[in-house]
Amino acid sequence: MANPKRKRTAALALLAGALLVPASARAGKTLDAVRQRGEVICGVNTSAPGFSGVDSQGRWQGLDVDMCRAVAAAVVRDANKVRFVPLNSQQRFAALQAGEIDILARNTTWSLTRDASLGIVFTGINYFDGQGFMVPKKLKVESAKKLGGATVCVQAGTTSEKNVADFFQANGLKYKSVVFDTAEAITSAFFSGRCQAYTTDMSDLAGARTKVANPNDYVILPEVVSKEPLGPSVRRGDDEWFQIVRWTLFGMLEAEEAGITQANVDKMKAESKDPIVQRVLGVTDDMGGLLGLDKEWLYRVVKQVGNYGESFERTLGPKTPVGLPRGANNLWNKGGLMYAPPVR
Amino acid sequence: MNPVRFSWSSRSGRALVFQAALLIVLVVAGWALWRNTAHNLAARGIRSGFAFLDQRAGFDIGEGVVPYTPDDTFLRAFAAGIANTLRVSLLGILLATPLGLVVGLGRLSRNVLVRTLATVWVEVLRNVPLVIQLFAWYLVLTQLLPDPASPLVLAPHVYLSKGGLQLPMPVLAGGHLALERPEVTAFGVSGGLSLTPEFLALLFGLVTATSASIAEIVRSGVLAVPRGQTEAAAALGLPHRRVIRRVVLPQALRIIVPPLTSQFLNLTKNSSLAVAIGFPDVVSIANTAINQNGQALECILLIMSVYLTINLLTAAAMNVYNRRVALVER
Repeated sequence: MANPKRKRTAALALLAGALLVPASARAGKTLDAVRQRGEVICGVNTSAPGFSGVDSQGRWQGLDVDMCRAVAAAVVRDANKVRFVPLNSQQRFAALQAGEIDILARNTTWSLTRDASLGIVFTGINYFDGQGFMVPKKLKVESAKKLGGATVCVQAGTTSEKNVADFFQANGLKYKSVVFDTAEAITSAFFSGRCQAYTTDMSDLAGARTKVANPNDYVILPEVVSKEPLGPSVRRGDDEWFQIVRWTLFGMLEAEEAGITQANVDKMKAESKDPIVQRVLGVTDDMGGLLGLDKEWLYRVVKQVGNYGESFERTLGPKTPVGLPRGANNLWNKGGLMYAPPVR
Repeated sequence: MNPVRFSWSSRSGRALVFQAALLIVLVVAGWALWRNTAHNLAARGIRSGFAFLDQRAGFDIGEGVVPYTPDDTFLRAFAAGIANTLRVSLLGILLATPLGLVVGLGRLSRNVLVRTLATVWVEVLRNVPLVIQLFAWYLVLTQLLPDPASPLVLAPHVYLSKGGLQLPMPVLAGGHLALERPEVTAFGVSGGLSLTPEFLALLFGLVTATSASIAEIVRSGVLAVPRGQTEAAAALGLPHRRVIRRVVLPQALRIIVPPLTSQFLNLTKNSSLAVAIGFPDVVSIANTAINQNGQALECILLIMSVYLTINLLTAAAMNVYNRRVALVER
C-alpha cells in the first residue's frame, strides 16, 4: 500500500473494532487453564497466623494454604504446584473477579451480599469463626459491654467493620474507630497502645497475639458478636471448578470421618474393606471422574496434605502457637459443626 | 455571505476533517469501553451503578467534621471523607506555605547555621518517600507518647498522649459561649477538641514534606530576580530586610506562583496516603465502601472526580492570584 495515511486509518478502524468486540466472560475454563498451566493460583492472606503465612523456611503454611494444596493435589497431582498470591482485604475480591487467581482462600466470611453481588461463589466453610475483642489485661475489662467510650482498632474492608458498629449500637454504647488497611498496621497500632481494643475474628485475635513478646498481657473477651463462617470462594459461572473446590473440602472432611490419615492412607487403600473408604480412595468407584478428575484424587489429597483434622491440628490446633481448640470446627459426630455430604 | 466550500486542498478544510474523525474515534472508543465493561460486569454477576449511595453505610468513621453515624448513607460517608480530605489539605497548605517561605529564605541566608539547617531540612524531607515519613511521624506519636489514661499535660486541660492532642473547645451552651474542657477517663481523654494521632501525623508529614519543595521553589524564585535589582535597592540605602520584602519577593512571586500551585495540588493528592496510617480520608472511606458493597469501579470513579474537582478549583483560584501578581506589561 502506497498511501501511509490510508494505512493509519485502517489501523484506527481495526483498533475501534477490537474495542467493540465484547471480551468473553470466563466460564467453565478454569480447570483447563489450571491443567495447562500446571499449577493452581491461590489468593491467600498476607499474614494470618494459622490460616496463611510464610514460615521460617519460606514455605507457606496454614489452614487456607492447605486448602489450596489439596486442590492442587486433586487437580494437578502435586500439592506443591500452587502459586500463592498474598492479598489484603481490599484486593481479594477484585483479584478473583479479574481472573488473577483461581481460588480465594483467605479466611473470608461467607455472606449473602458477597455471594450475590460480587461475581463470586463460596464453595463451603473451612472454619466456623465469630468476631470478638482483644484488650490489654491491665485495662481490667471483662466484658465487651464495658467498652463504651473506648478506641477500637479494626481492619478496613472486613465484615468486622460493620459488626462492630452494629454491636455498639445494639448495646447503646459509643466508641471511636481507627481503621487501617493492613493487619500489620492494626496489630502494630494496637500493641503500641493506640487503641484500647482490637476487634476481628476470634481466630485472628488468637493469631495476632502470637506475634507479641508478651501474649499473656492481652485477653480475648468472651463475647462473640457475630457469625463468621470462613471459606474458599471461586468465580461465578464456572460450575465445574466450583464443584472441584467444594468437594475437595468435603473429601478432606469425609476422610477424617472415615479415619483415613496421611499415615495410614496407603494401608487403608490396600487393605480396607469398608466401602466408604474404598470409594473415597478410589479403590472401587471412580468418584473423581464425575468431577472431571481421576479415581485417585482424594487419595492424593490425604497422602500429600492430610485430612481436615490433621490440617487443623497442624495449623491452628492446641499444639500450635495459635493454640485454638477444635470447638465448633470438630466433626458433626464429635460435637462440632463440620458436616460433609457423603462422597457417594 | 460566501458559502463555505469544502476542499481537500485547503489546509483548514483538511484539519477540520481530521479533527472530526478523531472526535468520532474517541467517542466510539469511549462508548465501546463503557459498553464492554457494563456487559462484562453483568455477565459475571457483579452489581453496578450508583444506587448504593442511598443505602445505609453501616460502618463507623473515626473522626470528622461532618456529623455521621453508621445509620447514615454511603453518600454521607463519602461526604464525611471528602470533608476530612479538605480539612487536612487546606490546613496543610496554610501551614506549609509560610514554613516553606521561611526555609527557602533560610537557604539564602548569610548565617551559616541557618543556611545549613535549611539545607538539611530540604534535602532530608525532599528525598525520603512521603509514605515513610508518615509512618515515622505516626510511630513517634503512637509509640513514644504515654498511654491515653495517663497523658502528658502540656497546659491546663491540654493533653497529649497516644490518643492524640486534646484541647479545650469553645461551645455554645445555653446561648452563651462556654469552654468545653477535656477530662481524663479510664479509656483516655474525652471531650473538648480532639486531634487524633492519625490526623496529626498526616498533617505534620504533609506540611514538612511539602515545605521542603516549596522552599526550593521560593529559593529559585528569589535567585531568578536579577542581581541588579538587589544592588540598586541597596544603593538606595534600603536595609537588607526591606530589600527582600519590598523589592525581591514581589518580583520573585510571579516566578513562584505557578510551581507553587503544583505543590498545593500535590499536597492535596498526597493526602490520599492517609490510608496507610488509618486517617479516614475519602480514599479510606471509598476503600471501606468497596469492600462493603463490592462496587470498585464506581467508588474509584468517585475518588477520581473528587480529587479532580478539588484540584481544578485550587488551580483556578491560584490562576486568578497569578494574574494579579504577574508582571503588568505596558
